[in-house]
Amino acid sequence: MEEGNKIPKSASSRLCCRCNERKPALKRPKTLEQICRKCFYEVFEEEIHQVIVGNQLFKAGERVAIGASGGKDSTVLAYVMSELNRRHNYGLDLFLLSVDEGITGYRDDSLETVKRNEVQYGLPLKIVSYKELYGWTMDEIVKVIGLKNNCTFCGVFRRQALDRGAAYLKVDKLVTGHNADDIAETVLLNILRGDVARLSRCTSITTGEDGPIPRCKPFKYTYEKEIVMYAYFKKLDYFSTECIYSPNAYRGFAREFIKDLERIRPRAIVDIIKSGENFRISTSTKMPEQGTCERCGYISSQKWCKACVLLEGLNRGLPKLGIGRSRGLENGNGNRKDMEQNGDVRSIESKQCGSLDF
Amino acid sequence: MACNSGNCQSNCHQNEQVAENDSIPTPTTGSNDGGHQQQQGVCLKCKVSPPISSGSGGGGTGDEARFCADCFRANLFGKFRLAVTSHAMITPSDNVLVAFSGGVASRVALQFVHEMQQRAQKNYEASKDRSLPVFGVGVAFVDESSVCSISKDGVEEAIQEMKSTVSKLAPPVKQFHVVSSASLYSSGSSDEKDRLKKLIGAVDDVTGKDDLLMHLRMWALQKVASENGYTKLVLGLCTSRIACHVIAATVKGQGYSLSADIQYVDARWEVPVVLPLRDCTTQELSILCRIDGLKPSQLVNDLPSGINGLISSFVRLLQEENPSRESTIVRTAGKLTPFHFNRVPEINDSNVPLATIRRQKRYNLKPQESISSESFCPICNSPVIDSNSPSWGSPKTCQFTEFASSCCSSCQFQILPQDQLSMKEFCSLLPERLVARSKPKYNGNLDMLREQIQDCLLSDSDGET
Repeated sequence: MEEGNKIPKSASSRLCCRCNERKPALKRPKTLEQICRKCFYEVFEEEIHQVIVGNQLFKAGERVAIGASGGKDSTVLAYVMSELNRRHNYGLDLFLLSVDEGITGYRDDSLETVKRNEVQYGLPLKIVSYKELYGWTMDEIVKVIGLKNNCTFCGVFRRQALDRGAAYLKVDKLVTGHNADDIAETVLLNILRGDVARLSRCTSITTGEDGPIPRCKPFKYTYEKEIVMYAYFKKLDYFSTECIYSPNAYRGFAREFIKDLERIRPRAIVDIIKSGENFRISTSTKMPEQGTCERCGYISSQKWCKACVLLEGLNRGLPKLGIGRSRGLENGNGNRKDMEQNGDVRSIESKQCGSLDF
Repeated sequence: MACNSGNCQSNCHQNEQVAENDSIPTPTTGSNDGGHQQQQGVCLKCKVSPPISSGSGGGGTGDEARFCADCFRANLFGKFRLAVTSHAMITPSDNVLVAFSGGVASRVALQFVHEMQQRAQKNYEASKDRSLPVFGVGVAFVDESSVCSISKDGVEEAIQEMKSTVSKLAPPVKQFHVVSSASLYSSGSSDEKDRLKKLIGAVDDVTGKDDLLMHLRMWALQKVASENGYTKLVLGLCTSRIACHVIAATVKGQGYSLSADIQYVDARWEVPVVLPLRDCTTQELSILCRIDGLKPSQLVNDLPSGINGLISSFVRLLQEENPSRESTIVRTAGKLTPFHFNRVPEINDSNVPLATIRRQKRYNLKPQESISSESFCPICNSPVIDSNSPSWGSPKTCQFTEFASSCCSSCQFQILPQDQLSMKEFCSLLPERLVARSKPKYNGNLDMLREQIQDCLLSDSDGET
C-alpha cells in the first residue's frame, strides 16, 4: 500500500488539481495527483518539452530519426515529437527508422504498425533488417545459440543496424523511446552485473556524441505508465506485445522489482536515475580507446567490432564466441579445445568492447 | 535460467547442477562437491578432514560441502584479520566498542574481536619488555523496545543472555553497555521515551520510520562510545547487508553518498566506524555460528517493512539465482570513489609498531581531490551534494526551513514532514544535538563580513539563490 501519500488534503475535492475546473479522469502515476485529461496531456507534453529544451537536445534544421518499433514508447515518441516540433517550432526534419530483427509473431506484426504510423504522422519511414545486414534473423540465431545470450546478439546488432539506417537517411541525430523505467532498470542491472563503466554512461540523456551518430532519450524522466496512459487516452495506434524472447532476460528481475517499488513509492524511479547521475565514478580510467573495426569499418575499441565478432561466431558455428569475458582463461579443462581452435580471435574478445550500449 | 552448457559464463553455481542428483552420499563417493578434479569426501584445503556437510544426509551446497569446519573457520577469520590489519582498524592503543545486536554477524564480530584480543594478551604476557599494550574491548547493545513491538520481558531476557555471553568472553573483561535511542535527548528530560515515540510517530512514511530509527541507533552508539572513551566502533555489517544498502541507497536517491557508507573505514563520525566483516556473507557467518555453537540472541526484530523489506527479498531472490550476486553488488559499489574520510586518521602514536603505520600508509586510499569541506545531513550524516547546501542568505529565513534544506533529499522526502507547521513541531521532537548540527558555523563571521561590504550590496539576499 502506498505510504505517506504526499497529496495535500484538498485533492479529495472532486476537481482536477491543476485547472480546478474539470472532473479528474485519472491519477498521475508520477505524482499521484488527480488530473483531468486535458491537463494530463498538457503537463505530459510540457514536461517533455522542458527536458528537450533544458538539455538542448536539438538544433534548428537538424534531421532527426525516431527509432520506431511500433511499440507504445516509439509511437508516443513519434506523436509527441511531431506535435512539439510543430507547436514550438523546433525546425526539425523528422523520420521514422525501424529495425526488422526477423522475429516471427512479434516483429512482423509490429512493423505493420510502424507502416501505419508513417501514414498517420506523415513521417518518411526506413526499415533496416538483420537479414539484409548480417544474413541472419533473430529466429535463426536463437535456434543456434539458445535462449541464454540471445539478447546480447540482438542488442549489438540492433545498435549497428540503427546507425546504418541513420547513415542511409543522412540524419544528424537518433532519438529513442527509452523511458524512466528503462533507465532505472539499466542502472540497477549495471550495479547487479558489476559494470561500472556502463553505470557512468547509462544515465546520460545524450550518448554517442563521439561516435557515428548521437542518440538522445527525450523520455528519460517520463514514466512508462504515463506513456501508456497517454497512448490509451489519445487512442494512439501501437502494438502491445513484448518480445517473445524477453521472459528469459535478466532484466526481468529488475523490472519486477521496479514495478513493486513504484507501487510503494512512485518517485523512486526518478530517484534511481538521480542516484545514477550522482554516483562518484572516476571518469579518468574508464574510457576505452576508440578505433575502427578491421572487418567492417564500424567504430570499435578492439580490432574487430562486437557485431563482427558475434557474426564470426555464428558463421563458424561457435555460438559462444564473444560472449562473456576472458573465456578459456578461467575455466580450465572445458575450454581448452575452444582456445586451440580460435587462437587469434580469442585474444580479441578478452576485453569488453567499450562502445556497446543496450 | 536456461543454462546451455558447462561453458556458460553467467557465474551460475556449478554445485546447483550437481545438487539435483541429491541422494544420501555414501562415505566413499562423497558429497556434493562441484569440482571435477577434487577428491570427494574431503576438505578442499587440508584434504584431510571431511567437509562440514558430510554425514548430514547430503543437501550441503557451497562452502559446507567443500571445507571442513577448521578450514572454514580459518578462512573466515583470515578475512576478518586481513581487513583489520590492512586498514589498521585496531591498534594496540585503541579502545574498541563492538556494536552488538544479537544477530549472527555481530555475534561473530564479537567472537573474532575477542579472539584477537586474547592473542594480543598472550603475546603481551609472553613478551619480556611488555612494549605493546593490549587494546580494550567493550560491547554495546541498543535497546529499542520503547519504539518496537518487542515485549519488555523479551528484551530483558535477551539482555541478560547477552550479558552472560559477554562475561564468558573474558579474560580480558569487557564492559557491556545497554543504551537506548531515547538517551540521545539531553539528560534531565524525564520524558525521553515519550518524545522518541512521538518523533517516530510523526514520520508518515514507513521506510522513513525504519531509516530514522537506524540513524538514531548510530547516534546512540556514537554517544556511548565517546562518553566512555572508546576510539573505534566495530559494526558487524557484512556483504549481504551492504548489498541491500547499495540497492537501498540507489532507490532512495542517495547515489552520491553511497560510497561513504560501504568502505572498510568511515571516519566522518566522532568515533570512527570500522567494518571488519565487510567481505563475509550472512550465509558464511550463519554456518560459523552453527558449527561453533555461537548462539545469536533470540531477539527477533520485526521484518523490515516498506522499501527496505522489498529490497531484502529482492536481494534474496537474486542470491538464490546466483550465489555470488551479493559479492558482485558490493564489488561494483566498491569501485565508486570513496571520500576523504574513508580512511583511518594517520596514526602518530609511538605505541603503534612501525609496521602497522607503514601498512596503513600503503592501504590508505589516496584522496582523489583535495579535502573539500563536505556538508553533512544532520539526520543521517551523509555527505550532501552541493545543490542541497544551506543558503546562508538573509537572516530572515526561518530556522526550520534552514534545517530542512540542510538535510539530504532522501531525509527531506521520507523523514521530514512536508508542510511548515508540522516542521516546527518535528524539529522540537528531534534530539537537540541533531538539530544543532545543521546550524551553519559561519553565521557569526558572515554577519561581520556583511557589515564590511554592506555599502556595496545591491539586493537583500546575499546567499546562493
